[in-house]
Amino acid sequence: MADIVAPAYRVFPIIPALKPGAMEGKGPYVSGEKMNEALGFPGKLVDDWHDKAIAKMGDLLGKYRSLKVYMDSCVHCGACSDKCHYFIGTQDPKNMPVARQDLMRSVYRRYFTLPGKLFPKLVGARDLTREVLDEWHNYFHQCSECRRCSVFCPYGIDTAEVTMAARDILDSVGYGQKYDIEIIGKVHKIGNNLGLPGPALIDTMEGLEEDVKEDTGIDVRFPIDVKGAEVLLITPSADFFAEPHIDSLIGYAKVFHATGTSWTLSSMSSEAANFGMFIGNYEQLRKVALRIRQAALELGVKRIVVGECGHAWRVAYSFWNTLSGVGDGADPDDKFAQMLQKQLDHRYRQPTHICEFTWDMIERGALSFNKEANDKHIITFHDSCNVARGSSMGGYPGGQFDIPRNIIKSVANHYVEMDPSTTHEKTFCCGGGGGLLTDDLMELRVKGALPRMEVLKQVADEHGVNFLAVICAICKTQFSKVMPIYGFDRKMVGGVHQLVSNAIRLGEK
Amino acid sequence: MSTFFAILFYFATLVFVVGTFYRIGVYTRTPAPLKIPTTPAPTTTGGVVLRMMREVFLFESLFKANLWTWGLGWLFHASLALVLLRHLRYFTEPVWPLVALIQPFGMYAGITMVLGVAGLWARRIFVERIRYISTPSDHLMLALFLAIGLSGLMMRFVVHGDVIAVKGFMLGLMHFDLQPLPSSIGLYVHLSLVAVLLMIFPISKLLHAPGLFFSPSRNQVDNPREKRHIAAWAKRMESEN
Repeated sequence: MADIVAPAYRVFPIIPALKPGAMEGKGPYVSGEKMNEALGFPGKLVDDWHDKAIAKMGDLLGKYRSLKVYMDSCVHCGACSDKCHYFIGTQDPKNMPVARQDLMRSVYRRYFTLPGKLFPKLVGARDLTREVLDEWHNYFHQCSECRRCSVFCPYGIDTAEVTMAARDILDSVGYGQKYDIEIIGKVHKIGNNLGLPGPALIDTMEGLEEDVKEDTGIDVRFPIDVKGAEVLLITPSADFFAEPHIDSLIGYAKVFHATGTSWTLSSMSSEAANFGMFIGNYEQLRKVALRIRQAALELGVKRIVVGECGHAWRVAYSFWNTLSGVGDGADPDDKFAQMLQKQLDHRYRQPTHICEFTWDMIERGALSFNKEANDKHIITFHDSCNVARGSSMGGYPGGQFDIPRNIIKSVANHYVEMDPSTTHEKTFCCGGGGGLLTDDLMELRVKGALPRMEVLKQVADEHGVNFLAVICAICKTQFSKVMPIYGFDRKMVGGVHQLVSNAIRLGEK
Repeated sequence: MSTFFAILFYFATLVFVVGTFYRIGVYTRTPAPLKIPTTPAPTTTGGVVLRMMREVFLFESLFKANLWTWGLGWLFHASLALVLLRHLRYFTEPVWPLVALIQPFGMYAGITMVLGVAGLWARRIFVERIRYISTPSDHLMLALFLAIGLSGLMMRFVVHGDVIAVKGFMLGLMHFDLQPLPSSIGLYVHLSLVAVLLMIFPISKLLHAPGLFFSPSRNQVDNPREKRHIAAWAKRMESEN
């Protein structure tokens, strides 16, 4: 950890020269036998991994139009080649999105296309050897599935889809990544990524009530397992104890308090994150999402609100309706989805992002703020990749950009934008997303943060920016860890609802 | 030679049509189980149609990515489209008014098409990143387009061919009434390469043309909360438990 140094800022953001082999290696830790078996994967690399992997690939090609079309359509135009933060930070050519896809496309061509079967050299096809499998394990864990490349591809090819398929194949032959698989195991067993059991969670919430009381003199509740509450809050478990995440949780509670909303957490389903997406496994993605459905049904809530978490919001916004029926518009004969959709209140969008909830309340005049409370902060906003390119807010394209910014401007006086080539849909990943937020990938995480750190440095120097607001638990953790390596104070990063929490007026209008 | 080219063209057309329709069939049958439009994305079908039209006609995403690649790529594709339209005069009698209208532009489009291909090839050779990702087939594909373009231009501007007879041959092919093809090396080269292009279309990266229309990140409506979207294979899991 101590020996990892930040790459130098580029004076001008020029495209870096290639350094082949810069990130060669074994990749992240391989998952252990017990963890694998708990999720139904083979304990360790199976003997017939070659045939199993090819069969799995064929299976996925038949189930996912994205994978099939993306394998065929790439023309090697190079539009994506300089767009990945990991390429910019590491200069390893295999971190160019097209080259990363080609790690799989070369195998696809060899086994599933005529030219690749007949003339492999001509079309860049190759056999799936042990070396190729190792390369997959290494380089498909150097992609944070942030979709920045898909913005620029003339055919919309999304490397995230390819990475997910590759990880799904690796898991199916017993060669998965420890960090992701261990975490999914904890969700199934205990209910959240951190393995925080119900009693501990209840204790923590009581502690928070006392803290807020001490701070503000007001009884802000942090209810848990309350049947008949209107809102079920599903938030990343990091919000329960990690810094700066917890300050946003306090912010949500204050918003609910100030608007008189009855709400609850669930001890059984205390996790918004869904690492099933990171490993590209539909069954796992679905199984994790079903816990939320179960909690909603058991508690009889009318609304489901999601806390500050990037990929969780993508899963909630884009996938929950598909996976678990949390949403609207199921067919009348779709019993599975109707069972839940009949219970939910469709005057509101289901699910609702906490920022949508807060902004809606601000627009209705239900909240008031003491903006001066945030005057020590000169704030900029980092669009989290999954929110920016995999979801939306407010029911119109681009609402995911406007709404968090609107909230910040409503609760604080000093706001500055970063370079527009690095915000909105063109935002850079923090460097720790996509299931890579683990210490064994620290070098990658530091290097991948380079493009964001460069533009943050710009606004820090020019405008004195001293607060980086985000709405993602992974961004918060990643930035807290890597920013000191780039010479920033780790306390510079915080949630949007942390700012809300600072400025909100409770019990007075 | 006329018979050889007649057979070649019947065969190439068959491979092109059957192969491309087969691929489109596979894309159509393969489900897209999750909503994955690259957002911000249109929330209505009309919006998606506009987004696709901007991609197809203006190469919107490529424009955001790299102006050189966009400029050269657009020049090549737009020129190719004009050239193809112009060539319809060899297959229609009387010539359609639109085809007659673009005749003068179509001729110069042959030149700009070659320039576009040459520029793209230069980029592939001289830009380190693009050179790294290029396979031999990527170079051959550009060589093929360049050779087709140059052989065509040669016949148009240097060694004029008997275009009336060529048209007779093509119309004959279409009516299964074989007519003689004028003997000319340039014409033989041009037609052979076009036949190769037709035959490799369904098994090469030229599939990007139909592929774009099936790309879920571009063609999906962003309405996952409003409408439940589920694939048949995923729906079956719900009856299992």
